[in-house]
Amino acid sequence: MVENAPIIEFSDVSFKYRAQQEPTLKNINLKIYPGEKILIAGQSGSGKSTLAHCLNALIPCSYTGDMSGTLRVCGEEPSKLGVFGMSRIVGTVLQDTDGQFIALTVAEDLAFALENDNIPQDQMFQKVDEVAQKLELMPFLSNAPGALSGGQKQRVSLGGVMACDVKVLLFDEPLANLDPATGKRTISLIDDILHNEDMTVVIIEHRLEDVLYKDVDRVILMDEGKIVADMHPDEILCSNLLIENGIREPLYISALKAAGCELTPQTHPQHIETMDIEPYKDEVKKWYHSAKFPASENSSETLLEVSHLKYCYDESRQVIDDVSFEIKKGEMISLVGKNGAGKSTLASLICGFNKPDEGVIKFNGEDMANLSIKERGERIGYVMQSPNQMISKPMIFEEVSLGLVSRGVPEDEIKERVNEILRICGLYPYRNWPVSALSFGQKKRVSIASILVMNPELIILDEPTAGQDYKHYTEIMEFVHEVRQKMPITILMITHDMHLMLEYTDRTLVLTDGKLLMNAAPAEVLTNNDVCDRAYLKRTSLYDLSLKCEIDNAGEFAARFIEDERRRR
Amino acid sequence: MSKMISYEKKNTPVHKLSGFTKLIFFILWCLTSALTFDTRVLFTMIAIGVVIYIIADVKWQQVGGIFIAVMIFMVINLVCIFFFSPYEGCKIYGSRTDIVHLFGDYTLTKQQLFYELNVFVKYFAVLPSVFIFLVTTDPSELASSINGIGVPYTIAYALEITLRYIPDIQDEFHKIKNAQEARGIEMSSKGKLFDRIKNTAIIIFPLLFSTMERIGVVSNAMELRGFGKKKKRTWYSKKPLKAADIAVIAFSVGFFVLTMFITYMDGSRFYNPFI
Repeated sequence: MVENAPIIEFSDVSFKYRAQQEPTLKNINLKIYPGEKILIAGQSGSGKSTLAHCLNALIPCSYTGDMSGTLRVCGEEPSKLGVFGMSRIVGTVLQDTDGQFIALTVAEDLAFALENDNIPQDQMFQKVDEVAQKLELMPFLSNAPGALSGGQKQRVSLGGVMACDVKVLLFDEPLANLDPATGKRTISLIDDILHNEDMTVVIIEHRLEDVLYKDVDRVILMDEGKIVADMHPDEILCSNLLIENGIREPLYISALKAAGCELTPQTHPQHIETMDIEPYKDEVKKWYHSAKFPASENSSETLLEVSHLKYCYDESRQVIDDVSFEIKKGEMISLVGKNGAGKSTLASLICGFNKPDEGVIKFNGEDMANLSIKERGERIGYVMQSPNQMISKPMIFEEVSLGLVSRGVPEDEIKERVNEILRICGLYPYRNWPVSALSFGQKKRVSIASILVMNPELIILDEPTAGQDYKHYTEIMEFVHEVRQKMPITILMITHDMHLMLEYTDRTLVLTDGKLLMNAAPAEVLTNNDVCDRAYLKRTSLYDLSLKCEIDNAGEFAARFIEDERRRR
Repeated sequence: MSKMISYEKKNTPVHKLSGFTKLIFFILWCLTSALTFDTRVLFTMIAIGVVIYIIADVKWQQVGGIFIAVMIFMVINLVCIFFFSPYEGCKIYGSRTDIVHLFGDYTLTKQQLFYELNVFVKYFAVLPSVFIFLVTTDPSELASSINGIGVPYTIAYALEITLRYIPDIQDEFHKIKNAQEARGIEMSSKGKLFDRIKNTAIIIFPLLFSTMERIGVVSNAMELRGFGKKKKRTWYSKKPLKAADIAVIAFSVGFFVLTMFITYMDGSRFYNPFI
């Protein structure tokens, strides 16, 4: 492999966006060889997406700025070929599979690039069938995007670029919107393509553990526009470079390090399944017995009681099927399940956006059936996934006070309550700022603050950390954690993030095909093989680690490790 | 829930026709109804329209809302015509038969009633064909047909992509509306009309911003896959013309010529029963 000429070669490439003072890429030197699979990791703002945009010529063609140094892809210079020219060499799969799905049906979307290339219809039919067969999309050819699962959409995106016979596949955060099990399947699929076709694969992703599910040749770690490491995964996992640069290590690696093990590349830590655990076994066992078991403290008062809830959009499919559970005051609960399992529907039934066909939802013992959305809103706050979906006022103070103003609360009281919430949320210094001047994380705080100001007893957070890297994830979750210390609030969180569920929540509700499959502590859920398979969750690697170390109670091992991590934070 | 005025896949003779055929039929049909004021022609068009409506298996839920909106608009339109020009019919038909004196200078005449009936019927002649065209034509096929009659493909595709994203934006609208309602912004019929209009802005802005974000992503995605690279493009969904298509096109052209002949035979666009 190495004797070949590199397919991608950055020599001393720097790039500065026109609107920015500092260059985003600084003197990048990088060679990627044909047939390699490269993972580019780095936190937001590290320059990893900018690097990717150089490869498909969006930089400098669509995003203008100053570029220096030379970049060659397949012997060509992307800046000269332009976005169109590069689209035949580098196929880009975007993070947002909905955005990438342009046409009305699967077949047309696969054909989109061919249509633009003015390929005759009969050749197009042939090529589309060929690609669809490879990606097992034949049964869905005439489906609309709305009728596909997240994983199928991703396969369509992939097929759309494969139809042009590209040489390099570039994945821009392919796992961001997928449930963990679908993410795992996507990584397998990428691996299959790499082996069956003549391709080079570049993956940009900060969910390292998920990408490393299949072999990666090299990990390129970026920070502040520079490459800080270019190593084999085994080597980088043994170092502390990942944590230092804001990337989350695989959990089993963190656990081994927490137990005081000195990791060596010779033990092949890339996959827990094939890792040589012998040298570390005793240390892990010793640590397990000394680590504290989290004390569980539960209030006994029930806040929300859902019993025998049923709901369907139309006759054909039961979206919520006989779901019953309770939420105690002060709990932090995670609601998980694969895309389309009914999580959002359950939330909208609780908020009253939809009416259940059968069943009762009681709040503080009171049946909510006759309460309007507005009345429920005083008890239950709902925070949407993206703050941009909620923020409708230009100034922070106005936005946070909106709910109170519309309820006719006197002005003095509004001022007092809003200021108090802004203090709790760490937004007080910005109270007179325009919302547009805030970062994504700060906007998220604003959208949570504007719900908290109404003093709800329960808030529902819809995927609060979707698409966020480890640093911003921690920022958001620590904020939620802090709010919980300062206010008596109960939180229900919809999430795909297994780490979040393990680390921050007390209990997990697992939904599958509208049914409540399990209602237990997160560590218990994520070490239960059967439930993980059925609900498309990803079993935590802590389970495998404890098994390999001959510790029988994997759930307890996971719980102790998480407790240990919390204490050290 | 059946989405309003959107394409639904079915297996009727009308659905099977090529988009190109339907487009030609639709254009000629609209042209005919715009040009003619001949009552006989208009009633024939309504009859044909209803027959195709039944063949195409259009459901009332798909079109009912729009139909009622058009009706309300029509009533306002007819009343306005009467108030602004109460003797338009008399001028056109060259005679005056009073029915009843209303007030001031306003007298209801047979000629005016007949004229307004014609205006009303004109809309009725066109309306079913608009509905049928929209709900039986696959948007991407429509785009390929529009491109087929010489419109640049960028414009044709813009139309397709608009239709592609309408359902997504509708969903987004409902989501945002619900979340804002939970914050206490009254959106239901309980609120005052003025407040509701004001509060709609509270949904529109977030909707606008999230839509803008999406547009950015989609246009990048299109460019990355070579959209706009060449002067011409082919269409995956284009259907070749079949015998039925040729027959329908021939019928449309024939019908157009015939109606024009009947309409202008006596030198006036209007059919005059008062002579």
